[in-house]
Amino acid sequence: MTELAGTAPTTAEDLYQERVQRILDCVALKEPDRVPIMGPYELFPYQFAGVSFKDAMNDYAIAREACHTFLDAFQPDADFGPILAYPAKAMAMLDVKWFRWPGHGLADNTMYQFIEGEYMTADEYDEFLYDPSHFMLGKWLPRSFGSLEGLAGWPPARLMMWFGWTGLLAGMADPGVQQALRNALEAGEELGRWFGSIGQYAQEIRAKGYPQAFAAFSWAPFDIVGDTLRGTRGILSDIVRRPDRVLAAASKAVQLCVEYASGAAGADLPLCWIWLHKGSEGFISDAQFRKFYWPSLLEAIEGMVEKGVIPVVYCEGDDTSRLPYFTQVPEKSVIFHMAVMDMRKAKELLGDVAAISGNVPNRLLLTGTPDDVRDYCKGLIDTCGEGGGYIMDTSALLDEARVENVRAMFDVTREYGVYR
Amino acid sequence: MREELTAAIADIREDDALELARTMVDRGGDPREVLEACREGMSLVGQRYEEKEYFLPELIVAGDMLRSIAELVKPRLQGEDGEASTLGTIVIGTVEGDIHDVGKDIVAFMLDSNNFEVIDLGVDVPASRFVEEISARSPEIVAMSGFLTLAFDQMRSTVAAIDEAGLRDRVKIMIGGAPMDETVTEYIGADAYGSDASAAVTLARNWVEGGER
Repeated sequence: MTELAGTAPTTAEDLYQERVQRILDCVALKEPDRVPIMGPYELFPYQFAGVSFKDAMNDYAIAREACHTFLDAFQPDADFGPILAYPAKAMAMLDVKWFRWPGHGLADNTMYQFIEGEYMTADEYDEFLYDPSHFMLGKWLPRSFGSLEGLAGWPPARLMMWFGWTGLLAGMADPGVQQALRNALEAGEELGRWFGSIGQYAQEIRAKGYPQAFAAFSWAPFDIVGDTLRGTRGILSDIVRRPDRVLAAASKAVQLCVEYASGAAGADLPLCWIWLHKGSEGFISDAQFRKFYWPSLLEAIEGMVEKGVIPVVYCEGDDTSRLPYFTQVPEKSVIFHMAVMDMRKAKELLGDVAAISGNVPNRLLLTGTPDDVRDYCKGLIDTCGEGGGYIMDTSALLDEARVENVRAMFDVTREYGVYR
Repeated sequence: MREELTAAIADIREDDALELARTMVDRGGDPREVLEACREGMSLVGQRYEEKEYFLPELIVAGDMLRSIAELVKPRLQGEDGEASTLGTIVIGTVEGDIHDVGKDIVAFMLDSNNFEVIDLGVDVPASRFVEEISARSPEIVAMSGFLTLAFDQMRSTVAAIDEAGLRDRVKIMIGGAPMDETVTEYIGADAYGSDASAAVTLARNWVEGGER
């Protein structure tokens, strides 16, 4: 699996620039030298490297090593590295309530999973809207993390003015607050080590000629409210019961969505991945999408583009009927990742507007043959590759898969995906 | 008033529906009539969902309405035979290793409101549990849910366990969840997959009404 003869630059720096350019060309809807390939892989790199996901989440060196093994073998155009092996030690210290992971409620090689719940109750919308920061500190943190329960007693920082700070700081005398802060300090140091490892890995792969595939992560405003605050049942029933509150919260979350992304500005590859969840077909109607989901997402996308960030809008469901909305984004500035999609229609509607990526079914990579995968990928290149604007990727974040199938996806992209 | 209740449920007017049901119960009306109005209302909700007029928000609120009204009516039903005849019995669960419940719950709810007796085993259900429940409850249908690719092999071994227990011929097996399709159905050894809750209801109806076992 080497770069094609005659096109292989000599230095790692050349390779780095070439890979960055390949993706930027795609976003600009210019024809690159070949179809780029990258994606968020969860369990797969560790499975490939033969380490348990539990070990990867607990030992940062093991995670880095496994990601290098994967990177050397497959040579994606941009790499996620170990960021998706979440920091198990810190999560255990904090006693995270809405997550289960290998060694903590799940078997060693099982992908971590999110537990739905209402971490903001239906009557707390106004509290969230008034002061999102204090809501997160005083309500969401204590509910989400067992070891931070004591923070529930801490007064809001907004009341610090003139001699208000005396009340705020006196709040620190509370034994519950003190214990929570001690726990937070300890977990914070562990998180520092984890982020240190992520940074170290980024430098190591840069030296090998690879850019990092992400510069920030964010969520659609509706999902910011829906995923970890209200939960699926909560947010979807709120559409019926308190539509005005949902709209107000989604509107507030536009700023949060852009803020999550803003750190990407200035990166060589300023990609901010926005994970789309509850607006897909099957969840809500077209009319509900148009009213509750899309306006705030569009505003956030526009805000990101304005800051020089490239949003990677990662559709995790079937969004074929949402394509006409997607055409409204700023031209040549966005990547739409498609999980389930009529890709011909996507190319037809978005071809002059935004790059598209994805759609290699994960089930095919697990249950199909290399020939099946090659055929599928060739079909994607034929359908979506013309003139540039397509990035090869799986449908969803990659967990279990047959190695020979993943290899076939990479090989066919490098061979068949060359623009001549 | 019964028609009004049916309409309120069908139109997802939650406050109206609860108020009407309460009034009917308070006036000493037949609790079975309240439940019958609910059934009719839910049938319309299901119809509108199948016609893609309603989506998950309406289904979730309809489910809540039904639960609240059932709570209201329950004390009046004591001693009475509240059992309605069902189309068939379905054992449903998310397979071991997978703890996703949103899709499974919607499917269970839709099957239930379409007059199936639904035995919901919850999430992270081991193969042995499916086998036990099939032995004990003799369902016509088993529905397995899974959201992650890890569910493929787990579903496959669950089907194998059902087979080994000599129960495979007694049940139809459907699977559901985001990554499922025909090739996965074949890989797992299930009989069919459903792409959404309506598909699950259609499959189940065809199976029991067609007398296919």
